Amino acid sequence: MSDAAAAGGRGLWGDARRRLTANGAASGALVLVFLIALLAALGPLVSPWGYDSLDWQHLAQPPGRTAAHWFGTDRLGRDLFVRTLAGVRLSLLISVLASLVSLAIGIAWGAVAGLAGGRTDAWMMRLVDVLYSLPYLFIVIILTTLFERGSLGVLLLSLGAIGWLTTARIVRGETRALKRREFIQAARSLGVPTPAILLRHIMPNLLGPVLVYATLTVPQMIVFESFLSFLGLGVQEPRASLGNLILVGAQEMESAPWMLLVPAAFLVALLSCLNFLGDGLRDALDPREY
Amino acid sequence: MLSYALRRIAGFLPTLLVIITASFCVMRLAPGGPFDQEQALPPAVRANLERLYGLDEPLTVQYAHYLQALLRGDFGPSLRQRDFTVGELIAQGLPVSATLGVAAMLLALLAGIPAGIVAALRRNEAADFWLSALAALALALPSFVTGPLLALVFGLYLHWLPVAGWQAGAPRYLVLPALTLALPVAAHVARLTRAGLLEVLGTPYVRSARARGLGAARVLWRHALRPALTPVVSYLGPAVAFVVTGSLVIETVFGLPGSGRYLVQGAIDRDYPLVMGMIVVYGALTLALNLVADLLHGWLDPGVRHE
Repeated sequence: MSDAAAAGGRGLWGDARRRLTANGAASGALVLVFLIALLAALGPLVSPWGYDSLDWQHLAQPPGRTAAHWFGTDRLGRDLFVRTLAGVRLSLLISVLASLVSLAIGIAWGAVAGLAGGRTDAWMMRLVDVLYSLPYLFIVIILTTLFERGSLGVLLLSLGAIGWLTTARIVRGETRALKRREFIQAARSLGVPTPAILLRHIMPNLLGPVLVYATLTVPQMIVFESFLSFLGLGVQEPRASLGNLILVGAQEMESAPWMLLVPAAFLVALLSCLNFLGDGLRDALDPREY
Repeated sequence: MLSYALRRIAGFLPTLLVIITASFCVMRLAPGGPFDQEQALPPAVRANLERLYGLDEPLTVQYAHYLQALLRGDFGPSLRQRDFTVGELIAQGLPVSATLGVAAMLLALLAGIPAGIVAALRRNEAADFWLSALAALALALPSFVTGPLLALVFGLYLHWLPVAGWQAGAPRYLVLPALTLALPVAAHVARLTRAGLLEVLGTPYVRSARARGLGAARVLWRHALRPALTPVVSYLGPAVAFVVTGSLVIETVFGLPGSGRYLVQGAIDRDYPLVMGMIVVYGALTLALNLVADLLHGWLDPGVRHE
């Protein structure tokens, strides 16, 4: 990652960065994701409106009708520009945090199972298989409703709880492959204790595949969060998330199509960019596959 | 094959029991109950209601009673929709949901496989490029976005199809919901078909079939297609799960009178028997269809049986 490392020779990360910048779609996507995140972080601060402030003079205005509201307003006179950006911000925040939660659980679970091997490994992965076969959505729906509806903690927990299964599988596979490599055997023969092997030698080498999977997890989490909010189980009014904005937009699309189109456009842009970025990162970090 | 089938079938009931037990526990341990309303009920009324529905008994007893009733096919009364049993509510909606699901699966396979074949045969040409781009888009967009957008374009602007509703299953009303539900599945099927066919077309036996002078169409139909479709068959299980859960959203988006809405509505109302009934029916359905897909996969691809 650092320039000093790149100057000393061609490392994995230097190579990866070169390949990523050479990939037009992926670097474009990276820039666009960055811009959307920046807009979501700063936009609501610049605008005079809050995500829940009402403007009685301008109810259900289409975009461009009034100078005060760039993307128009909803039926209650709330500014759609600010609401959409606040929604993007909340969706990004929740999905990034949920991805981190699921990555943490998945890495720990997969690395321990892969390194331990034998019966421990078999039981740990058997649990993952069983959880995989459950129609997980049902459990998540129940979780999110039974605890306080719209509580962000429960939302994070239930989103994170879905994501870790795949991470655990990937990490376990990588760990098992790494375990047989010479440098791990060398560390073992030098008497390095197992936890240190895990932290110092295995974990850094897992960074590549985990990073790729993480970039692909974030859009999945965005979809899942929006999905729950769309069903009325996630983020609750008056707070905005992309899911509940699209829900209201779909209900109002006959008279106010912009209320559907604006948040949908942001969601589509965000998802496509993150997917392009994930694919680009995979190509950049793992050229073996191609 | 027989031992493989038996092993798969043996896994069915324990998994279903795990689902039932887990959701039973989660539902009962969570705070809040079905009789929580804005205006609190008098304690005596509340106690009577709870006794009527057996909610005053210990959890283990309730669980045992529930399982016994399930074996008789009795899902219990709905706590909120007082005039209906859970069985009646689900039975009303299930045909609609099933029609939608079957239509979407058929559509996905009938669109996805030909699209994949075309993309593979025209590799790196314009058709391949556009089909791949379309598939990437269909995979990236969740159905609660594509659904309203399709309804907006084909329903409100072009007036080709109705925006929402069911009308006793008239085909016109089925098109948009089934299409929305099928799109991501079709995209996945197309990708798998393309990748599978490209791999098979490069194998020596296909080249030798060509060398013997067989025409392109005959090589495709008689030799290449069957093995190329194995990944698609192995994807059928996850696809079924996707369609079953996806129908929840589609029914909300298009206002269909299916049974999917009871899961969300029941969960919001804390209508325990309704949610449990939905989970048992949808869980069993998903598992059973997955089982069928697994058996089909094992039958077509002997290697799977010995994993």
